Amino acid sequence: MPEGDPKITKGPEADVGYPLTPLGYPSRILGPGETYDTVTERISSIVLRHPPLKLWWVGFAIAFSMLMMFLFAVTWLLYRGIGIWGVNIPVAWGFAIVNFVWWIGIGHAGTFISAILLLVLQKWRTSINRLTEAMTLFAVACAGMFPLLHLGRPWLFYWLLPYPDTMGLWPQFRSPLVWDVFAVSTYFTVSLIFWYVGLLPDLATVRDRAQTWRKKFIYGVLAMGWRGSARHWQRHQSAYLLLAGLATPLVLSVHSVVSLDFSVAIVPGWHSTIFPPYFVAGAIYSGFAMVLNIVIPLRRIYKLESYITLRHLNNMANVMLATGMMVAYGYLMEAFMAWFSGDIYEQYMMVNRAFGPYGWAFWALMLTNVLIPQALWSRRVRTTPILLFLVAFSVNVGMWLERFVIVITSLARDYVPSIWRMYYPTRWDWMTFFGTIGLFLTLLLLFIRFLPMISMSEVRELVTEHEEVEP
Amino acid sequence: MKAANPLYGLMAEFANERALLEATRRTYAGGYRRLDAYSPFPVEGLAQALGRRRTAVPLIVLIGGLTGGLGGYFLQYYAMAVDYKFNIGGRPLHSWPSFIPITFELTVLCASLSAVIGMLALNRLPEPYHPVFNVPEFARASVDRFFLCIESTDPVFELPETRRFLESLNPIRVMEVSS
Repeated sequence: MPEGDPKITKGPEADVGYPLTPLGYPSRILGPGETYDTVTERISSIVLRHPPLKLWWVGFAIAFSMLMMFLFAVTWLLYRGIGIWGVNIPVAWGFAIVNFVWWIGIGHAGTFISAILLLVLQKWRTSINRLTEAMTLFAVACAGMFPLLHLGRPWLFYWLLPYPDTMGLWPQFRSPLVWDVFAVSTYFTVSLIFWYVGLLPDLATVRDRAQTWRKKFIYGVLAMGWRGSARHWQRHQSAYLLLAGLATPLVLSVHSVVSLDFSVAIVPGWHSTIFPPYFVAGAIYSGFAMVLNIVIPLRRIYKLESYITLRHLNNMANVMLATGMMVAYGYLMEAFMAWFSGDIYEQYMMVNRAFGPYGWAFWALMLTNVLIPQALWSRRVRTTPILLFLVAFSVNVGMWLERFVIVITSLARDYVPSIWRMYYPTRWDWMTFFGTIGLFLTLLLLFIRFLPMISMSEVRELVTEHEEVEP
Repeated sequence: MKAANPLYGLMAEFANERALLEATRRTYAGGYRRLDAYSPFPVEGLAQALGRRRTAVPLIVLIGGLTGGLGGYFLQYYAMAVDYKFNIGGRPLHSWPSFIPITFELTVLCASLSAVIGMLALNRLPEPYHPVFNVPEFARASVDRFFLCIESTDPVFELPETRRFLESLNPIRVMEVSS
């Protein structure tokens, strides 16, 4: 690093002093003065010693109570049946599908960051990929709950899978709902193994630094005897790159398949060819919003400003802005195509969306998902963590509302006015929804506590490159 | 070599990846073949310096992906067009466009699983015990130090000779690895 520059000789916490690119953006992806040792110490000590224990317990207590609420709601659901939810004909897809699509969309940012940004050589992904991959896994786990519970008889879920059963039946492979089973379960499995392969060298680091016998044993078993041999690294890197290559089309396919659940149906407002790309853009949009909502508090609580710098926040905000504009374009095209189609049902769908009984949701959606994110045009907003956090939160709410608008308004009033009916979620719907947030947070907090949340081996590579560039 | 304390090999410790890479190249040029280098992150060119060229992982992934894709397509074809014929709106039983999504998903699934299983199997992991862990300093191989180990089974391996050779590479220290 150049000497005599007061801006970058400050400590890693001094975000304000970070050097800027000629265009005025934060340029560092790693704080100054980081060595192999400081990286390892800072990240593995969170796992092995865990400094801010009190705050973690407070968070865990809240998350775990929400998880208990979820289990309570699910128990009652299994006992009484789907009737405790607000779903009925014609709105047979209520909160369960809204939440399913919302959660699975959130997962997409993790794969986008870890796979696509790896292939296009974006170095800044290095320090956030582990955390976002974990977020993907937990979000997909939450998403998976909803279609399973929505089956009505979840204990028969294996009927969805092709197996030689005594009834002589097969799943209907022409149905997008069956495609969904394959897409989501493949997505979860691939995300899990991609995450684990990346985690393997770091588990070895934690094993080697652990002090107690028990920790050495547990992390030792998880690390599978990894010893950093050059031969192993060669195969590991090859497998990791191939997994990234495989996950890249996968992440684009998953939300496309989810969108086909809608667009293959003939319901007005669903039967649209724009759905796959528009859903994928929305998924990455909401995923980055969730990443920011997680990362901004974490980098502060665990003092990770040196690894998750303002440049990371700025870049993520840029991705959010870009995908947000694509989503806004999707809304515009939906309205345009409804008018241009000349189909009275499509036209009424659009009028109903904006001015019908669920109009409030539509306008709230426009506010939170289109209008407020325009603040991201401002560099000050993109590089001020608290403002960025608020915008990202608004996007998360907005993306949930988008799914609500798509699922509920289209079903509540489709063709024949005599079967129009309003949908009202019950308290069990809300408890299940907030309960999965509890599940998500519980898993996330356990992950932060017990596994290294930043990839140490990859940050070490970054340290090496920094040394070479700025000796 | 005494039977009471069988020697696995000699290990040299280095401070950075450039020193390790240079030392590995010189050791390989010195005629040693049964050796391995250890680093806390992947070092470009290190496997090549050990005389390795390609890995079999991509081939395994290709085979896995093809198996998944063909198997997935056949599964759907067999179920929909052969075993359980079900007429939906008079459409063809072998409606291949609607079989594509699941074919794709199963291709990716099988290719990914074979990438991981293939990588672990070729690396012979999980491996609960390995002699290099007997060296206390080796704990830093996963943190900030770089190691080169010449195994005693190498035909050129001679204890005083090899030790002198390793010391000539300017390591931080040279250690004996018991097996």
